[in-house]
Amino acid sequence: MKELIERLRSKFNAKNIKEQRKNFVFITVEKKDLEGCVLYLKEFEGYGHLTLLTALDWIEKDQFELVYHLHNYFNKTDVSVKTFIDRKNPTMVSINNLWAGARVYEREIKELFGIDFPGCPRVNDPFALEGWHEIPPMRKDFDTKKYSEETYFPRPGRYTKDNVAQMEEQLYPVEAEVKNGIAETVRKK
Amino acid sequence: MTEADNEENKIIKPDFSDPELFCTALPKEVPRMNNIIQKFYDWAQANSLWLLAFGTGCGSIEMRPLYTARYDISRFGIAPRPTPRQSNLFIISGYVSVKTLKRIIRSYEQMQNPKFVIGLGSCTINGGMYWDSYNTINRLDHYIPVDVYVAGCMPRPEALIAGFDELKKRIKEGRGEGANEYAKNFAWYKANQKKIIKDWDMPDYNW
Amino acid sequence: MKPIWNDTKEYDLKSGKYVKIWQGPQHPGITGNMSIELLLEGDEIKLLKTHVGYLHRGFEKLMERRKFINCFPIVCRICVPEPDTNEYLFAAAVEELSGIEIPERAKWIRTLNLEMARLGATVMGLGGQAGSFGLGTIGQWAVAHRDFLLDSFEELTGGRIYHMYIVPGGVRYEIPEGFEGRLEKTLVKIEKLLSDIDKVMFHNAVFKSRSKGLGYIPKDWIEPFGINGTTARASGVSYDVRKDHPYLIYDQLDFNVITGTEGDVYERVLIRKEECHLSINLIRQILAKMPKSGPVRTFIPDIMHWKIPAGETYVRAESGRGEYGYYMVTDGSEYPQRVHVKGPSYTHAMSLLEKLGEGVTNADIFGLMVSLQTYPPEIER
Repeated sequence: MKELIERLRSKFNAKNIKEQRKNFVFITVEKKDLEGCVLYLKEFEGYGHLTLLTALDWIEKDQFELVYHLHNYFNKTDVSVKTFIDRKNPTMVSINNLWAGARVYEREIKELFGIDFPGCPRVNDPFALEGWHEIPPMRKDFDTKKYSEETYFPRPGRYTKDNVAQMEEQLYPVEAEVKNGIAETVRKK
Repeated sequence: MTEADNEENKIIKPDFSDPELFCTALPKEVPRMNNIIQKFYDWAQANSLWLLAFGTGCGSIEMRPLYTARYDISRFGIAPRPTPRQSNLFIISGYVSVKTLKRIIRSYEQMQNPKFVIGLGSCTINGGMYWDSYNTINRLDHYIPVDVYVAGCMPRPEALIAGFDELKKRIKEGRGEGANEYAKNFAWYKANQKKIIKDWDMPDYNW
Repeated sequence: MKPIWNDTKEYDLKSGKYVKIWQGPQHPGITGNMSIELLLEGDEIKLLKTHVGYLHRGFEKLMERRKFINCFPIVCRICVPEPDTNEYLFAAAVEELSGIEIPERAKWIRTLNLEMARLGATVMGLGGQAGSFGLGTIGQWAVAHRDFLLDSFEELTGGRIYHMYIVPGGVRYEIPEGFEGRLEKTLVKIEKLLSDIDKVMFHNAVFKSRSKGLGYIPKDWIEPFGINGTTARASGVSYDVRKDHPYLIYDQLDFNVITGTEGDVYERVLIRKEECHLSINLIRQILAKMPKSGPVRTFIPDIMHWKIPAGETYVRAESGRGEYGYYMVTDGSEYPQRVHVKGPSYTHAMSLLEKLGEGVTNADIFGLMVSLQTYPPEIER
């Protein structure tokens, strides 16, 4: 494992190397080196199983992060290759000619995050949503609770028959009203 | 979209308001007669509910043991049918996403009157634990008329049998009027459905 | 390998030779809630497209709005026949990131729970497979015997289908008195059911002639599609997470990985039946070797305001259908930053089925679909 990390560091300028468990390492490469690194790991080092391809949204840093998780059948080790891409115009090279199963992952990421993979067949077909005209839902600036309350009719909540609350309303009505108002505002957040 | 897809679309998606190809009639109400024959019809319908075997969500896993010998619903006269033309009870089992709602409406409108709906699980009542999801609906009775709700997550098969019991009592009293309600408030239901189903590519009334 | 997902340009849709039909979610042959769009010539399928998304609830978005302990009731609803694998994976990821150790007895009880869930889901899968070829009685038997196992679950955890028993820190309750005796009676009943299924299904001339040679997966398709689980083991690749990356106490149990040679439908169903026997064997070993007393749960102080240090991890487990994985990222606050759930049917149902479906008759496609054991909720979550 250590020799492999040295080779990756020298060939592809891998940074931020973190050993999570005994046979599992996270590395970060630049966007232009990613396709070469993944191809090298697949053809020359035996990491033939693409386990996972996912995306994260770091809205504070204005970047998307892509994670490619590779697994070796023979010596049972994992390498997870990460890269950062720009959030304003997100595109990435498609690896569907290395693994046929990568097409489904890229289609889903295009629909849920908006990251484009030119070259992947059928990448614009909707995957799980039908007739969706808003921004891609997994981005951090999409508020799912607000969307659900506006589009689908929520049933109004129940009121409580708690003894303490009832006595408060009878004896100290002003305080009870202020307390309820504060609780409503906090719950709405 | 390739050119072949565009050609396909012209064949598959015609104009639905064309009276030459599609009948554009709306559903009509059937008033109840107030005599002994109507009571006989009610008794007969309550004792032979045939349900549509369409598992729309999580709850269909608790519908499957009902057909076995331990809970045995065929002693009540209930039998699962594969097509909506031969059934008069539709169990909506669990949460409903927008894509499934379109198919539920299509199947519901193809069933023949009189027809009844049971809403299974807490997700049909107020959204359940997916109340803040962007793809599931919160109140089922704004889209199709519901007769009985069975609460739980999942309700046991015994709870479902109690729900059938309640439905039979309702039908025998003469209150199982879901189909007539749908016909009377057809415009309101259709407006609610079109609000969330944005690519509407079927006729307004799929019968 | 010929590329998959051709366009329909080479098929002239205007000539009367081809029929395009859509077998949607309301169909007696489709298990789960997905639909397939077929281009038929006579009775033979030329092109197949899978459409999923009928059960999309947006789990990953919902989990970012809930605290760690609030996530665990929602996590078990991702996979309906076998919810314990999801609970275990979520708990394992959270424990690895926060550095909590769980007691020894809790690990044995978790393994018992996982094996019982595997047995129930695989037995029901055998029933569904028989039903797709027309042998309906076996489906009734299988569901009825799974009900006895659900009684054992209700005794142990309190719920029939959704257990919510495995939590970060251990398990929730101790095993009740006399549980082992009652579970042993259920296991004897299930063994009798498996020998009945052997007589009725595997020596049945109709089943054999329909399923042998159908849906053959050669060995060099395993890597491009990422096939795992029983489907890969039936084609000759012996990859089992319980042996390759042992988790919980699987390294203290004694078992062999079951592999087959021909990769067709008959072999996959046969391996599933053998795995039912393996699960029963493992449950008996666990009940014999478990430590007799000890705590079952580690106390976590102030669980409603639990902050987990920043980090990321990937954990995996073997469910009845294949390799399940959770990728979790935390950033030091009370809410997870990102949770990605990867189910085994993800590539099986979408890319592999579209490749295997060409040339199959319309009547056999459902048997093929059920033999890949695809289950739509874990595809679109």
